[in-house]
Amino acid sequence: MLQIIKNRMEQGYRTSKYPKEQINLYKRFRGLPQVNPKCDPVVAKRCAEACPQDCIDAANCKIDLGRCVFCGLCETLSNGKFATFSQNFEMGTASRDDLFTTGTLPELADHAKKHFKKLFGRSLQLRQISAGGCNGCEADTNVLNTPFFDLSRFGIQFVASPRHADGIHVTGPITKNMRAATITTFEAVPSPKVVIASGACAISGGPFYGSDEIVGDLNSIIPVDLFIPGCPPHPLTTLHALLKYFK
Amino acid sequence: MDKLLIIKNNKKVSRTAIPHLDFATLRQQLLACAAAGGQIVQFFAYEEQGVCKLLAVMRTDKLYIGGCDAPDIFASLTAESEKFHMFEREIGEQYGLKAEGHPWYKMVRYHANYSGKKDVFANNYNQDIPGNYPYFSVDGETVHEVAVGPVHAGIIEPGHFRFQCCGERVFHLEIQLGYQHRGAEKLLQSVPRKRLPIIAETIAGDTTIGHGLCQAQALEALAGLVVDEGAKIVRTIALELERIANHIGDLGALSIDVAFSPPAAYFGRIRGEYLNLTQILAGSRFGRGLVRAGGVTLVMGEEQKKLLSDKLAELTPEVEHVSELIFASPSVTGRFDNTGMVSRENAEKIGMVGYAGRASGLSYDARVSFPTECYGELPANSNDRTDGDVRSRATVRREEIMHSTRLIQSLLARKEEAKDYTPQDLQLAPLSLVVSINEAWRGEVSHCILTDGKGEILRYKVKDPSFHNWTGLALSLRDEGISDFPLCNKSFNLSYCGFDL
Repeated sequence: MLQIIKNRMEQGYRTSKYPKEQINLYKRFRGLPQVNPKCDPVVAKRCAEACPQDCIDAANCKIDLGRCVFCGLCETLSNGKFATFSQNFEMGTASRDDLFTTGTLPELADHAKKHFKKLFGRSLQLRQISAGGCNGCEADTNVLNTPFFDLSRFGIQFVASPRHADGIHVTGPITKNMRAATITTFEAVPSPKVVIASGACAISGGPFYGSDEIVGDLNSIIPVDLFIPGCPPHPLTTLHALLKYFK
Repeated sequence: MDKLLIIKNNKKVSRTAIPHLDFATLRQQLLACAAAGGQIVQFFAYEEQGVCKLLAVMRTDKLYIGGCDAPDIFASLTAESEKFHMFEREIGEQYGLKAEGHPWYKMVRYHANYSGKKDVFANNYNQDIPGNYPYFSVDGETVHEVAVGPVHAGIIEPGHFRFQCCGERVFHLEIQLGYQHRGAEKLLQSVPRKRLPIIAETIAGDTTIGHGLCQAQALEALAGLVVDEGAKIVRTIALELERIANHIGDLGALSIDVAFSPPAAYFGRIRGEYLNLTQILAGSRFGRGLVRAGGVTLVMGEEQKKLLSDKLAELTPEVEHVSELIFASPSVTGRFDNTGMVSRENAEKIGMVGYAGRASGLSYDARVSFPTECYGELPANSNDRTDGDVRSRATVRREEIMHSTRLIQSLLARKEEAKDYTPQDLQLAPLSLVVSINEAWRGEVSHCILTDGKGEILRYKVKDPSFHNWTGLALSLRDEGISDFPLCNKSFNLSYCGFDL
């Protein structure tokens, strides 16, 4: 017993004050990229060709955050002249098109589906579905339940049964073998319900785009309301997106 | 084993030098090796100019390789040695080559085969999983069946578990995976080379460094690239950080599975601190984008070293105290002791690897047996408790956390700095093969690449440690209370996607 108390004292209070206070991530963290619109077209083209995810539109100097895995190769190759990755982790969007970006995203809180704020702003229960996720997205979503992030203080919880849920949070490129289970789980959630695509895989197939064993895009089988980019999304990216979209 | 060729980890071999035997001879050689205590590193089929072939890599204290032309139907090796059971099922599923006499022959992941041969499981892949597949069942008046999944109650990957129970007691657990199958191997063989590292890093996202490293080393061997000492240090540290973070997270989760929640809360947060250390090195909590063929993309400067060593100094006592809290608590040890037992004999039969294998008394650690990067110069770990129960698996992981911490501290004291990274096009040696082995946090990860006459990738084979160990989890449930399943499961914490590929 004494040992338990001693440990409790040592651990102290660890919950972050986000969003009241900003968190500055280490400078190496690769968040929202800033694309240089005046970049030399030759350099932009070189980056686009080298991009493992083929997610760079060189002509319009845009990056598709829905497919980008934030590997940083374009920054390295262009020496920062085409793009630099900022430490800004706030990247959630309400539309797939907004993810094709130069580095400025619309204010997420201003999305059109205001009824979700009224319905779920004070209490949101989500059923998580991993449909081919590599356990990167899953692990960094799970971590929101640890004391540092403490998701439940915002009235948001991940629940076991779809019957208890207000929506689904999907990770992974929707493998063919998980397609039916994903749809069944979605159907088991009572309406009105919200659909969240988390991570490059659920948005675009991610590293597995083009594979004939995946659906590759959640939106093509179930309309998505909230897109959270990243490979995997940083826990703060998810937290920010949930708070801005629903609060 | 006299007809097999001895090869080295991460050393390129000309494919013409690999003994090409007839099937009966290869079978006899592999069974002899298995009988002498050998384990399977790789055993797979591939297709070249319309001909299907088999290739096997086995390990004792050395690596042995041999191959043959594959008969469409061949005499199962599993009939004589269990070690081959999952590999033969995979060969059947991937290339339509049937292992005749296999005692439990069924699909692994549920997908059409690559060779266009008749499906050996008589599945119609236009139908959704699970297809034509009989579960093992137990008959009897008081016997009942519990089916769980693919979607589980939590933020966890999908898989199907089928328990045959008598009351609370489990007779048998059958685990059917495949729901995570993304076609990773097929992609690795067909996509432009620039995509390879991104796919490798997401074969199992929690083993980003383990799989990324295997691929980088394999490509380096085929392309003749030399990695500098500084980069090796960064890679080794990253692999050990990955190990620590996962072990800590799981010790916390084990604690909550026996309803002792304080350590789970502490270790949940502390795990995040270690992920943040990886972020300091790599810019990503999982180490994405760090390891590439030729070296590492980011150097570790004095600033990063100081951040790492300061944070480690702060965290290590906390980790020790929370571990002590778990292991000194009778309500925890009462549940850990003698639960989820896998005997050494069974572990050996199914080729268990990693901490699960070591907890059952199989000392194999690829860092010691086939060292890569800096491991040749680093001290090995030893394990106190190897009884094969949950307590042993937890204890091995506790020991490994401290061992890995010491390794990182000694590496941080070294002076070599990695060279700046320049991305380069890789020219792979034609008609060659390389086998790459690393001890990732779950155990032995292995990648094997075969090139054709033009230096293109002919076959890319991936093996995650979970491929061996899922059977271990099933065995650990024998004669166990079904309510102990979460505990047993977490003590293994295997990868679904690493198995499903």
